[in-house]
Formats: sequence, C-alpha cells, structure tokens
Amino acid sequence: MSVTNLKLKPQAAPQPPDQVIPLGHPGRPGTDSRLARLAAQTVTNLVPLLVTLSLFLLAWQLICSSPASSLPAPTRVLEESWDLIVHPFYTGQGVDQGLFWHVFASLQRVALGYAMAAVVGIALGVLVGQSALAMRGLDPIFQVLRTVPPLAWLPLSLAAFQDGNPSAIFVIFITAIWPIIINTAVGIRNIPQDYQNVAKVLRLNGFEYFGKIMLPAAAPYIFTGLRIGIGLSWLAIVAAEMLIGGVGIGFFIWDAWNSSLISDIIVALIYVGIVGFLLDRLIALIGRAITRGTANS
Amino acid sequence: MTKSYLSLEFIDKSFERGSTRTEVLKQVSVSADKGEFISIIGHSGCGKSTLLNIVAGLTQATTGVVLLDGKVVDQPGPDRAVVFQNHSLLPWLTVYENVRLAVDKVFSATRRKRERHDWTMRNLELVQMAHAADKRPSEVSGGMKQRVGIARALAMEPKVLLLDEPFGALDALTRAHLQDQVMQIHATLGNTVLMITHDVDEAVLLSDRIVMMTNGPSSRIGEILDVPLARPRRRIELASDRTYLKCREAVLKFLYERHRFVEAAE
Repeated sequence: MSVTNLKLKPQAAPQPPDQVIPLGHPGRPGTDSRLARLAAQTVTNLVPLLVTLSLFLLAWQLICSSPASSLPAPTRVLEESWDLIVHPFYTGQGVDQGLFWHVFASLQRVALGYAMAAVVGIALGVLVGQSALAMRGLDPIFQVLRTVPPLAWLPLSLAAFQDGNPSAIFVIFITAIWPIIINTAVGIRNIPQDYQNVAKVLRLNGFEYFGKIMLPAAAPYIFTGLRIGIGLSWLAIVAAEMLIGGVGIGFFIWDAWNSSLISDIIVALIYVGIVGFLLDRLIALIGRAITRGTANS
Repeated sequence: MTKSYLSLEFIDKSFERGSTRTEVLKQVSVSADKGEFISIIGHSGCGKSTLLNIVAGLTQATTGVVLLDGKVVDQPGPDRAVVFQNHSLLPWLTVYENVRLAVDKVFSATRRKRERHDWTMRNLELVQMAHAADKRPSEVSGGMKQRVGIARALAMEPKVLLLDEPFGALDALTRAHLQDQVMQIHATLGNTVLMITHDVDEAVLLSDRIVMMTNGPSSRIGEILDVPLARPRRRIELASDRTYLKCREAVLKFLYERHRFVEAAE
C-alpha cells in the first residue's frame, strides 16, 4: 500500500453548526424495524437448512426412483402414507391409531420412567457426590451397570413385572438414570470451597445447605445429566416398544415392517426424530431458565 | 495474661500428608481489643490465610486456642464474619438475596420479616450498593461484588470482622475507594477487625497495629508495630506525614530486608 494514499487532508473538518443534543432516549427503535430485523435473522438462519433439505430430498428421489429400488422415494412415501400423514389424530381399534396417539403413548411411558430416573438419580448423585464412603461403595457398581445396553434389561424386567408396560417404563428408568447420577455427583463434588465456607460461616443446616447451596451450585451439571438422560430414554423407548407391543411409536414401526409398509416407517422415523429433538430442547430450555446466572460467578 | 476481646494463644498449625509433616504456623499469639483494627502482613505462603481460617473456625489449629469474648472458638459462626478474597457471593442469588440469606439465618429468631428486610437494605446502603439490590453478582463490577461481600459480613453483626485480602483482586483506584469506605464503616460501627493483607500502604493506612509474619514454613510473628496515627485518616494528608512514613518504612524494612521472600527450596 502506498503511503501517500494515507495522507490526511490539511483542511480542518467543516464544523457542524452548534446543535442541541436531546437528553434521554432519542425515541425507541420502532417495532417495525425490530420485526424486520427478526425476520431477516430468521431467513439467514433458515435458508441454509432449506437448501440442504432440498438437496437431500433430491438425492433421495434420484437414488430411489427406479422401480427396482427396495426403498420408496419421497414422492412414493407421500403417496402411500398420505392417510397417515394427514390424520395424526385418527382413532381406530386397538393399535390402529393415528401417529399422534402412538407418540403420545410413548411419551407417557418416557415421562413416567424419566421422572422416576430424575428423582432417584439426583438423590443417588447427591449421596455419591457428598459422601466418600457412598462413592467408594456405589460408584464401581454404577460404572459397571451403566454399560449394560438398555434392551438387555427388558427380559429381566418382563420376568419381574410380568407385563409389558411397566417393563418398558423400567427400561426407560434404568437407561436414563446413569448419566443423571454421574453428572449430579460430579456437580456436587465440584461445589467451590468458597460456597461451602459461606455455608459454614452462616451455619446453614443440612436442609438449608441442600436447597440454597448444593442444588443451585450443581444445577448446571444436573441439567447436563438430565439432558443426556432424556435423549437416551427416547432412544430406548422406541426399541423397547418394538418388543413389548401395544400402542406406541416403537411398535408402530415394527408393525409397519411386518406389514411391509416401508413408507409408514419413514414417516414414523421423522416423527421420532422431531419429538426427540423437541424433548432435548425442552430440557435445555428448562435448564437454562433455572440455572440462569449460575454459570459465571 | 491480659484479658483481650479476641486472643489467639500459641497457635501451632501443621499439615500432614502421608508421612511428611509441614509446619505452617508456630507459636503465634495475637490479641486485639474491642474496636481495634489489626492487620496481618507477610509474604505469600507465610500462612496468614491459614491463621485467618483458624480464627474463622474453618480450619482447626493443631495446638493453641482462639478466644473471642471469653469463649473458645472451635467452629465457624456468624460472630466471626469473613469477607473472602474473591467475594464468594452466590451467583444464583441477587445482591439483595445474598445479604438477606445471611440476615435471615442470623436473625431468624430475633427479628421480624420487615425488620430483616430493612436491615438488609441498611447494610447495602452502608456500602452504597442499595441501587443494585436486584442485580446478580455477574452483573456488577469486581469492586461492587466485594462491597456486597462486606455488606453481607457486616449484616451478621459479627463480634470480629475477618477480612481475607479483601481488596487483593481489585485495581488500585477501586481499592483506594473501598479502603476509605472500610475506614468509614470502622469509624461508624467500631468493629473489631482482623485483616490479612500483603499491601504495605493498606496495612499502615487502615490498622491500629500491624502484625508482621516471618516467612514460612513455620512462620512466627516477627514484629508487631503500633500505628499511632489519629483517626480519621486521610490518605492524601498522610502521604507526607512523618509518622506514616516511618511506619511504612518499618514494615518495608521488615518485609524486604529482614524477611525477604525466598522461593521455598524443595
């Protein structure tokens, strides 16, 4: 770059005439401009997604469009499963239900099993995080049990409960509980010494310490565990339902396979994916609302 | 032995790790009268924070006792409120709630809800933080956090206020401002204060007496210096005051000539 280009102009900048600068807010940016900015932002975020989605659908269509293809192309999925797509709230006999009801049944099982896992998991996590003795006694057991694949618990729980539904709920419970326990314990163990000192100087009793220091301090870790847990639950429920039958998205997929309704399977998979995504976001959102301000001290 | 308000008597402290035994403090005795402002100064690693923790009850002395108002100190309690070096505010509570937690705990039986609210606000006003009562610690500056920490400690109406390098993490201007505020509070409330510091000017400016510690391991009290400066003290006038300069020189000489900081040889 040549230096001469950077020479400053010798003349003084023209002085603007004296003005009165209004104090206070010079009028808020209008709602219109804010909306426009929001819309622009949404477009910038969505356009790349839409592009990849269309490319994906196009590739799928091209690969599967030959009549010999074993999997249906998107257009065939729409054609064959149109009833399923447009009537999610359909109610029929037995397992002949709209997709919403299948998903709803699965969500109920997940809600029960996951809620129990959250309560028991946080309690056990607090115990293990708090007491070195409990840690030595329980942690090795947790470390071994958490590697057992979810479905491996199913036969055992069927034997114990003699019924499909509680067994599926138990599988959810046992799948979701390990990350919750382990993350809670880590969170409890990482409570800064400063906070413990504050609690000691104030002479907080056990309950006060639990509610006012321990839970809020460990909350970010607990929610990490809860978020991993909900993801695993959703993974496990689909598999478990394939085996236990009844209304539920997992059995729906298995049933569709047995009836060679491949298009229905694809529609169901999209449902499973979106619901799993929403569950994850829901827990993340709750976590962010509750742990607001805790992350940085 | 004279009866003082706060007295540390022959404190020894050693840590044991496996078979190795590290002596940190040896035969430390300090006493303070009611309303006295005492600083403990020494190089880092001389165990001055350990000493403060012993007074706070957060650490147990190996031998020796701490007596406060005639009673033996053996556990932490709100009568010895600590202002921690890094403020230690609970980040999930607002400024108000941080102080209120302490007020609720200490005065749950003796004061009504309304009184506890007023007392919380009074202490926030004392450190000029009432305007930020509803902010969270992450939303206020480092100096403000430390002021809230001081308000929380004062709100407990402690018999002794323990300051653990309270201004160490602050910039020089904020530090000076806070020192003035602490002097003012000390003048108003007449607290007994024990402060840990490594800042010579801070020690001379604030204290009635300065306890100088020798280097660790096994630090002892090297010297105790009286600071015979009248209060209220103003830092600008003192900058050329002969007594002030002499005290300052005495502390500097102690720290840099007789007990120069040596890295512990392993």
